[in-house]
Amino acid sequence: MRSVIGIVLLLIIAWGIALSLDRIPFGESKTQVGDYYIEKGREETGATNVVTSVVVNYRGFDTLGEVTVLFVAAIGLSAVLSARRKKQKGEVEPASLVLNTGCRFLFPLILLFGAYIFIHGHLSPGGGFQGGAIIASAFLLVYMGCRGRRISETGSKTVESLSGLIFLAVGLIGLVVGGRCFLSNFLPKGELNSLFSGGVIPIIYIAIGCKVGSELGGIIDRLVEESG
Amino acid sequence: MTFLQDYAYYIGAFGLVFVGLFTMLVKRNLIKVIIGLSILETGVNLFLISVGYISKGTAPIFSKAGLEAERMVDPVPQALVLTAIVIGVAVLALALSLAVRLYHHYGVLDLRKIKEQRW
Repeated sequence: MRSVIGIVLLLIIAWGIALSLDRIPFGESKTQVGDYYIEKGREETGATNVVTSVVVNYRGFDTLGEVTVLFVAAIGLSAVLSARRKKQKGEVEPASLVLNTGCRFLFPLILLFGAYIFIHGHLSPGGGFQGGAIIASAFLLVYMGCRGRRISETGSKTVESLSGLIFLAVGLIGLVVGGRCFLSNFLPKGELNSLFSGGVIPIIYIAIGCKVGSELGGIIDRLVEESG
Repeated sequence: MTFLQDYAYYIGAFGLVFVGLFTMLVKRNLIKVIIGLSILETGVNLFLISVGYISKGTAPIFSKAGLEAERMVDPVPQALVLTAIVIGVAVLALALSLAVRLYHHYGVLDLRKIKEQRW
């Protein structure tokens, strides 16, 4: 009964969506704003990756909001899970030597790869969010492989707060020095396709990478702790 | 047949959306509802990306000389989806933590049984 109602409801929704999708051709350029970003993005921001220039420069304020949503979700998770008393920690079975050594060997390499991804966010595919997710996956590897090891909670909180503050501070400095608006560029744009280019974009992306990495790491920490 | 070829990505994306919606409407296990939410979100992300696609387009990155701006896909949906994926992970974690709390409180994940306990 329930599934019949569900199917009928979905068919009605599908009909409406099919009618509206009929007006959206596939594979054609649709928005002028996208064309503008591709045409002018390199001169205006100094970043060769247009997606990065949209995320950090043109829509930087929006990205600040996204990072805040992520922060609130992480806070909510730890609030929901910490309302319960911590249960007694049982003895964890130690991992085998091979697993332990492998994890210890891979952990810094994955961290390095994540850092590479977010430092080169304005030149190549990647950026703060992706690099942060990779760093969090390094922490996940440690939790899965070398059981009993934890990341320090104060350390991750400090990194998270500091990187959030750096993001805000760069925005405020842009407001004062750049003169036009919040998060406007105040550094020289540099030469295209070199590491030191793009003005404030690399700084903001490094801050986002550290913030996302430590937040997702904190989420993993909470969930692993919950599972005992 | 050309219709299928032209709109394959839209159909696939909305197929995922409907699978997710159906799961959320019909299933009563909380974990399955959350899985449905995750599938729905994947479908929406895929749809946004495919709206921005341009035929035979490349990624909007000027990594080497000789790339034409004419043949680049729309960067705006990509920038939106980029953040949406990470936020989706955090929201999924939040939903799972709520499910964990409910399980500890009621001992079941079945939504009907939770309702019977005057939740």
